[in-house]
Amino acid sequence: MTADRRAGSNRARRSPAAGVASSRRQMSESLNHSLHDHSFVNSDSVILSSVVYTRSMRRRHFLTLSTTAVGGLLVFSLDRMPMRVHAQPSRRVRVPLRFFDEREALIIGAAAARIFPSDSIGPGAPEAGVIIYIDRQLASPFGRSVNRYMQPPFEDGVPEQGYQGKATPREIYREGLTLLGSDFDRLTPEQQDTKLRSIEATYFFRLLRQNTIEGMFCDPMHGGNTDLIGWQIIGYPGPYMSWGAHVDQHYGKPFRPSPKSLGDVLGRKVKPWEEEV
Amino acid sequence: MKTLPPADVAIVGGGWAGLLMAKELGARTGLSVVVLERGKPRRAGDYADGMDELDYSIRLRMMQDVSKETVTFRHTPKDRALPIRQFASFLPGSGVGGSGEHWTGIVPRFLPDAFQIHTRTIARYGAKRLPENHSIQDWGIAYAELEPFYTRAEQLLGVSGKMGLDPFEGQRSAEYPTPPLKMGYFPSLFVTAAQSLGYHPSPTPSANISTPYRNPDGIIRPACQYCGYCERFGCMVGAKAQPTNTLLPVIARQKSVTIRTGSNVRRVLHKDGKATGVMYRDAAGEEIVQPAALVMLASWTLNNTRLLLLSKIGEPYDMASGKGHVGRNLTHQSQSRAVTLFFDRPLNRFMGSGANGVNIRDLDGDCFDHGPLDFIRGAFIVAHALGYRPIANFGVVPPAIKATWGSEWKKAAIDAFDGTAHLGISGEHLAYRTNYLDLDPTYRDEHGDPLLRMTMDWNDNEHNMIRFMAAKMAEVGKAMGAREVVTPPLPRHYDVVTYKSTHLQGGTIMGPSPANSVLNTWLQHWQMSNLFVLGGSSFPQNPSGNPTLTILAQTLRTADAIVNRYAKRPGPLA
Repeated sequence: MTADRRAGSNRARRSPAAGVASSRRQMSESLNHSLHDHSFVNSDSVILSSVVYTRSMRRRHFLTLSTTAVGGLLVFSLDRMPMRVHAQPSRRVRVPLRFFDEREALIIGAAAARIFPSDSIGPGAPEAGVIIYIDRQLASPFGRSVNRYMQPPFEDGVPEQGYQGKATPREIYREGLTLLGSDFDRLTPEQQDTKLRSIEATYFFRLLRQNTIEGMFCDPMHGGNTDLIGWQIIGYPGPYMSWGAHVDQHYGKPFRPSPKSLGDVLGRKVKPWEEEV
Repeated sequence: MKTLPPADVAIVGGGWAGLLMAKELGARTGLSVVVLERGKPRRAGDYADGMDELDYSIRLRMMQDVSKETVTFRHTPKDRALPIRQFASFLPGSGVGGSGEHWTGIVPRFLPDAFQIHTRTIARYGAKRLPENHSIQDWGIAYAELEPFYTRAEQLLGVSGKMGLDPFEGQRSAEYPTPPLKMGYFPSLFVTAAQSLGYHPSPTPSANISTPYRNPDGIIRPACQYCGYCERFGCMVGAKAQPTNTLLPVIARQKSVTIRTGSNVRRVLHKDGKATGVMYRDAAGEEIVQPAALVMLASWTLNNTRLLLLSKIGEPYDMASGKGHVGRNLTHQSQSRAVTLFFDRPLNRFMGSGANGVNIRDLDGDCFDHGPLDFIRGAFIVAHALGYRPIANFGVVPPAIKATWGSEWKKAAIDAFDGTAHLGISGEHLAYRTNYLDLDPTYRDEHGDPLLRMTMDWNDNEHNMIRFMAAKMAEVGKAMGAREVVTPPLPRHYDVVTYKSTHLQGGTIMGPSPANSVLNTWLQHWQMSNLFVLGGSSFPQNPSGNPTLTILAQTLRTADAIVNRYAKRPGPLA
C-alpha cells in the first residue's frame, strides 16, 4: 500500500506535458490490456461506420469495432486544452458478446448512441464501447437481479416506493428491443430520436439512459469508457491514489491530470464484480 | 439445533458499536465475548482494489444483500407497504465493520440543546410550537454527561478539526486530536461568502484524518490522501477511521473476544424476564443457540428494532392507541442536495474526501430565533470537497436545459460537469406519532421471518425548514460567485428512491422513564436488565448532524457502566 501511494503522488505531481505523453502510453497499454483480458482478436471484417457485427463459426456472437473510431482530437470541456487521444491505425477488434446477439447489440448500441451521441462536441457511446458494457452487465448477476429483493407479491405502488416490477434488467431490455423495433438501427437519427421520445417515460428508457452514462464513465475494466474516452471528455482523471499535493492548490484554475484506470494506478489487473459470479 | 457452550456476553452485529463494545470489554474485563456478524470477514487491507465507482457506489458492493432481507415502506397506516427492492434512501452495510467501513466520516458532536428539545422548545416558544402529532421527548441525559465520552471517541478516531471557531459548539475538554484537513477550493469559496453574510464556518470534524495519528490503543493511521473515494468505499490507505483499521487490530490481540461471521441472529432468547442468549443461523444454514449471560444488540437501527419485535421483548408500539414503545419515534434526516450551484469556473471537484470542508451551525438546533418562523429546530449545513465521481454526477444541467439526453444535453452536461457543486443540508427530523416501525404482515426474509415495516412521511416542519434553509443557502451561493443557484423543494412525500443518509434513528428509544422509552440512558432494557441495545435506535429523535460520534460516545458510556458497575453487580443501572 505504501509503495502504491507514493507512486500515485509522484505521478500526480508530473508536469502537464509529461502527463499527456504518459497518458498516450498508458492508454495504449490500457487497450492492449483489454485485448488480452476480454478475448479481443483481430479480424478482417468490413467496417461499417464504427461498429460491425459478424457471426463466428461456433455460433458465438461477436461485435467488431474499429480502433480508428477512438482516435481524433478531443477537447476538455473547461480549459479547452486540446489533447490527442491514442489511436491505432486501422485495427479491428472482435468482441465476443455475452448476452445480446448481433442484431440486438446493433439496436441497443444505436439507441445508446442517440442518448450520448458522437458529435462535434466529441465522441460518444459508440467510441466508448457502451454497448459492450451493457452486454456484460446484462450477462452478470445484475442482469438477473441477483442482488434485488425478488419475493412476491409484486404489486404496483406509488413512485416513492421505488421500482416494484418483477422484470429483471435482462427482461426489461428484451421488452425494450420490442419497443424500439427490429429496424431501429437502420432509421435516420431523426427517426430514432422520435422513436426514443415516444418511449421516454418507460422504465426501459430510464434504465438504458442510466446504463449509457455508466458505460461512458465506468472504469474500462467493465467494458465501457474505452481508452478512457469518457473521462477525457469531462476532465475526470480517474482513481489516483493521492491528491494530497493538489487539493488546496489550483483554486479556480483547471487541473487536468491525464486519466488513468484503476489497473493503471495499481499496476495490476483488478477483477470487476461482474466477473466474480 | 445445536447449543454452544455459554459465553459471558453475546454481541449482535460487528459494526462500530458492537466492535467498540467488544474491544472495551476485551481490554477491561475478563468476560468472554462473542460477536455475531451476519456478513463476511473483512480486513483493513481489503480496499486497495476498491476504487471503482461502478461496483462500489452504483452497484453497492459493500452494502447489505437486499435479496435476502429488506424492509417494507408506506407513508401512512392506510397505505399498502411494499418492499424496498433496492436500497437507495439509506445504505446499510454488511460484513465486519458494518456501515462503519463505507461511511463518509463526518463526525460532529450534537449541539448541547439537542438532548432537551422538548423542554427547551416549550420554555422558549411555548408548547403550541411543537408540531401536531409530534412525539418529541428529551433524551434523559445532558450534553455534559456525554462530553467526556465524546472526547474519548474523538481520540479513538483521531478526529481532525479545530475548536473555538464555532460559537455554538458545546463545552469541550480537549482540542481535536488532529488539525483540520487541507481546504479545497469549493469550501474556501463558502468560507468567504458565509463570513460576509455573518455566518461562522468552521472545519467539519472528520474521521478522515489530516496527519498521521496514534490513538490511545496504539493504533497508527496515516493522513488522508484526498483521493475522492470515501463514502460507499473502504479507505485504501486507512486514513478514514473504520472498525477494521481502528478496532479490529486491538480485538485481534484479545483472547477473550471472538468474532463469528456468517452468523445471522434471528432471535434473542429469554426466559422469566431475562435474556438467555441468541439463536442464529450460521453460514451453512444450521440453527445455533449461543447462550449468554449478557446480550447486546448492535445491529443498526432497523435490525435492533426488528429483533426485539421478533423476539417478543417489550410491547410493540400501537399507533392508534399510542401504547407500547418498541418501534416508535422512527426518524430519518431531511438531508438533501437542496442547493445546487453552477459556476463558470472549474472546481477540480474530483479531489477531496467525505468530510473535507466546512460547516455552519448558525442555522442549526435552536441557535437562531424561531419566533417569527413556521418551523422549529434546524440543519447542519456543509460545503465539502467530497470528491465528485463521474457516473453519479454527470448529467446535472442548469434548469434552462430541458433535454435529458442527446447532443444538447450532452454539451450542457459536459460544460457543467466540473463547475457544479452542492451545499449539503442535513435537516433535523422530529419524531411524530405517525412515523414508526412494526412487523410486516406479508413480506418475509430468506428464513421466513416477517420483514420490518416502515411507516413514514414528511410533515410541515421538514418542508418549511428546508425551504427556509435553501433560501438562506441560495444567498450564500450567490455570494460565492455561482452563476446560477437551484433550490428544489423537499419532495412532498418521503421516498425510498433518492439517497438521504444512512441515519435512520429510533425504534428502541432511550429515556428517563420506562413510561416513555424502551431503554434507560445506559442503553439497558428497562424490563430485561441483561439486554442492552446500542446504536442510533436509542435516539428519541434525530438531531441534524451525523450520528456516529454520538453512537460511539454512548457506547463508551455504557461500556464504562458495565465495567464499573454491572460486571460487579448485574442488575438495573437506573
